[in-house]
Amino acid sequence: MSAQTIAVEVRAAEKVFANGVRALNPIDLVVREGEIVTLVGPSGCGKSTLLRLIAGLVQPSAGRIGLAPEARSAGLAFVFQNPTLMPWASVERNVRLPLDLSSVESAQAQDKVRHALELVGLSDFARFYPRELSGGMQMRASIARALVTGPRLLLMDEPFGALDEITRNRLDRDLSELCAREKLTVLFVTHSIYEAVFLSSRVLVMSVRPGRILEEVAIDEPQPRRAAFRITEKFARLSAGLSGVLATAMQEAPA
Amino acid sequence: MSDRKWLQVGAPIAVGIAFILVWHALVVMNEVPPYIVPSPFLVMKTLAQDWGLLSGSLLVTLQITGAALALAVVLGVALSILFVQSRLIEASLLPYAVILQVTPLVAIAPLIIIWVDEPRTALVICATVACIFPVITNTTIGLRSVDPGLFDLFRMYGASRMQTLIRLRIPSAAPYFFAGLRVAAALALIGAVVAEFVAGTGGTQSGLAYQILQAGLQLNIPRLFAALILITLTGIALFLLVTALARISLRRWHESELPREP
Repeated sequence: MSAQTIAVEVRAAEKVFANGVRALNPIDLVVREGEIVTLVGPSGCGKSTLLRLIAGLVQPSAGRIGLAPEARSAGLAFVFQNPTLMPWASVERNVRLPLDLSSVESAQAQDKVRHALELVGLSDFARFYPRELSGGMQMRASIARALVTGPRLLLMDEPFGALDEITRNRLDRDLSELCAREKLTVLFVTHSIYEAVFLSSRVLVMSVRPGRILEEVAIDEPQPRRAAFRITEKFARLSAGLSGVLATAMQEAPA
Repeated sequence: MSDRKWLQVGAPIAVGIAFILVWHALVVMNEVPPYIVPSPFLVMKTLAQDWGLLSGSLLVTLQITGAALALAVVLGVALSILFVQSRLIEASLLPYAVILQVTPLVAIAPLIIIWVDEPRTALVICATVACIFPVITNTTIGLRSVDPGLFDLFRMYGASRMQTLIRLRIPSAAPYFFAGLRVAAALALIGAVVAEFVAGTGGTQSGLAYQILQAGLQLNIPRLFAALILITLTGIALFLLVTALARISLRRWHESELPREP
């Protein structure tokens, strides 16, 4: 598959909820195979709604959403804002859930779970229960669960929003490496400018509700990103630039 | 055992002993005749003397209570699952469950006892009616109290209704179910005893309530007290049993049963 293959294509998709709230103005969006694209924007601008539209959790009121065949069903995984783990099940059984639901044979499932836990560095915690893990580790378990089906497309909805900055930076770095190694395509929602700059190949800035994409900022830096990228002048410049764009987005009156 | 544990076990025992001693002292000092209030030691003696009779009655009451509780759990959980599958079923049936709950058992029991020929079955039905409601309401709320994120996740992975029920709804409902079971266990015993009272000579003529009834008629007050104590102990034992069940099932994950730091 070439780098130009389209993984996600959103054409004029919009969303008006049953209660009349218009969450999204018509949106066009293309994510190519292997890209990490970040959506940033003010609270309530419809970033999460857009992600849920792409995941098929919400149906668009109009417009069209297309996914590459490799990115459909098992090829698609969603990481939620919260770890969303089953508190009554061990990490291992949580990670195994997607396989259990599609009745994957046991020995094969075991291998996949082990591999997914290795990818996120939780191999030693397979038998722990979620409450016995820190917030960062719970999020890792959540990511392992997303990876266990071997998806090509990861949709991540502010996955590290609730974590402290040190943990978040570490997870960002690990995610960047993971995506490069596993050749994952990622659509990532965040509030953090620094996280967006650090992770993405492209950042899409959204307006206040009803959301639309105001601007696209390319982050021209090879993947995977190293921790040292954070302390470069380029990082500071890109962050400042994005911050300016976002400030404009915040001022935009609802259309 | 930690100091805290000693306190939890020791304090109620100390109160119990003090109570028995004060009771004994009052009876002896005021020379209360045993057919009004027997001394606690006479009650214990009677309990030992009449053990043959009372233990048989205890067994009968236990069987009725246990059968009723089991029936309430099976029926109650099955109904809750139906309710959660369909709002129509819930809307159609829930009012009748409420009617059963709000109608006093003593008012329905005579009818059940007349309609059902086999006395023991009639008593089990009465006790089930008395205790099924908390099982239904708690389990229904539990089955609905599912983390919406997990629900989305199950949907995304194309989980069937059955998979969602077994892997998501039922585990989510467990803490609620056990809270309901705790109430239901006490109600099952009360239901069994009340039904026996109402049934009187039409009942099995052998439960603890029947012994209380008979002892009252014969002014055998020490035996009445002994039977009463057995009922109380049964209630405590049931409560402890259900509490232990909840602990075993939930201790690995649910806040209510996590070991607490002193």
